[in-house]
Amino acid sequence: MRLTAENLSARRGEDLIFKDISFRLDGGECLVLTGKNGSGKSTLLRTVAGLLRPETGRVTWTSDGAQAGMRAAEACHYLGHRNAMKAELSVSENLSFWREFLGNFSGGPTSEPKGVSIGEAAEQVGLGGITHLPFGYLSAGQQRRMAFAKLLVSWRPVWILDEPTAALDVSAEEVFTGLITNHLAAGGIALAATHQPLGVENARELRMTGFEGVMEEMW
Amino acid sequence: MTALLLRDLKLSVRAGGGALIGVLFFMTVVAVIPFGVGPDLNLLSRIGPAIVWIGALLSALLGLDRMFQTDREDGSLDLILMQEHPLVLTVLIKCLAHWLGNGLPLVIASPLLGLFMNMSEVAIGATMLTLLVGTPALTFIGAVGAAVAVALPRGGLLVSILVLPLAIPVLIFGVSASYAAVEDPAPFMPPFLILVAITMFFAVIGPIGAALALRNTAD
Repeated sequence: MRLTAENLSARRGEDLIFKDISFRLDGGECLVLTGKNGSGKSTLLRTVAGLLRPETGRVTWTSDGAQAGMRAAEACHYLGHRNAMKAELSVSENLSFWREFLGNFSGGPTSEPKGVSIGEAAEQVGLGGITHLPFGYLSAGQQRRMAFAKLLVSWRPVWILDEPTAALDVSAEEVFTGLITNHLAAGGIALAATHQPLGVENARELRMTGFEGVMEEMW
Repeated sequence: MTALLLRDLKLSVRAGGGALIGVLFFMTVVAVIPFGVGPDLNLLSRIGPAIVWIGALLSALLGLDRMFQTDREDGSLDLILMQEHPLVLTVLIKCLAHWLGNGLPLVIASPLLGLFMNMSEVAIGATMLTLLVGTPALTFIGAVGAAVAVALPRGGLLVSILVLPLAIPVLIFGVSASYAAVEDPAPFMPPFLILVAITMFFAVIGPIGAALALRNTAD
């Protein structure tokens, strides 16, 4: 399986944020986007996730079981700045909703991993035993961890992470690094924008320089 | 999809949900009319169906803007847009959940408010039946307005203004069918069937329009 971006350019309002970005990620590979604030990291991630229409270029997803013409977004988990969880509902209600609504990705080989149970996902992010609390009662860091648990309850080959470690303490960063490494080991693909180094081995780096539309790629 | 329906229903009855607010507003609107018009029972029973319908229309408009906005604010809408489920179907389910949470309580409360207006049993029954058939149309029309205004910070009033012209036919045929049930020469079925037709028409058009608007909300 492979996620390919060809000559992507995106625009916000009148300004071209970036242009002609191409990359190709196979199973087990990780691409880290770095660059200063406003350099277009989030815009690139939203474009790959299909939430912004690219000015030019396209994102494609190919794998053995994928149907032709499938949108790449369907193979992706997107963890944005906002956590996509309802403060009024309990953590387990939130997670079980996403588990059922997202389902498991069906466009890949049949032996793909499945999402884990809610309790297990909460354990993996280090917050087992508090899933009965309303999501709004949790601290910002706990909310972020629970939002990450959403990626574990249903299987998607590609994880798109926008500042996954914002509001987190050092131990949580280690937990996230471990989970991303596991995901890569299971044949997944990760695409992350971050300021702190993620600590994932063999991660490739794409440095975004922003407004000038000049890209400098380091492999 | 069932998961989405259940989640939205839960949210509508939890704190901050619109179900109770809509009913309270409906009651307030209808309950002040007798004070303003005066204790003329014949006049009240004559204008009763129209007042109950207008009250229901206004309360239905009240909660519309939240249909997609809450999901957008916490990032859930991004994930919903990325899935392989047809977006039209997702929107239809959201409309259904919105109607069950906000429209159906109005229908259930209407007989009580009919008593305030000194309406006869037949008039109360006819008004309730027309509301049951007509309020889904208001939700479907409102979904388009809510989807168009989803990215606007204070879109609430704008949604009502956008939606109101399209909601007028529903009001006209709802009220005329209610009157036809109590006033002898006018037939009940033609306006009632037109009301049914309007609801079915917007059940098809509404979700398609809302899905298109959501897809094109670039941010």
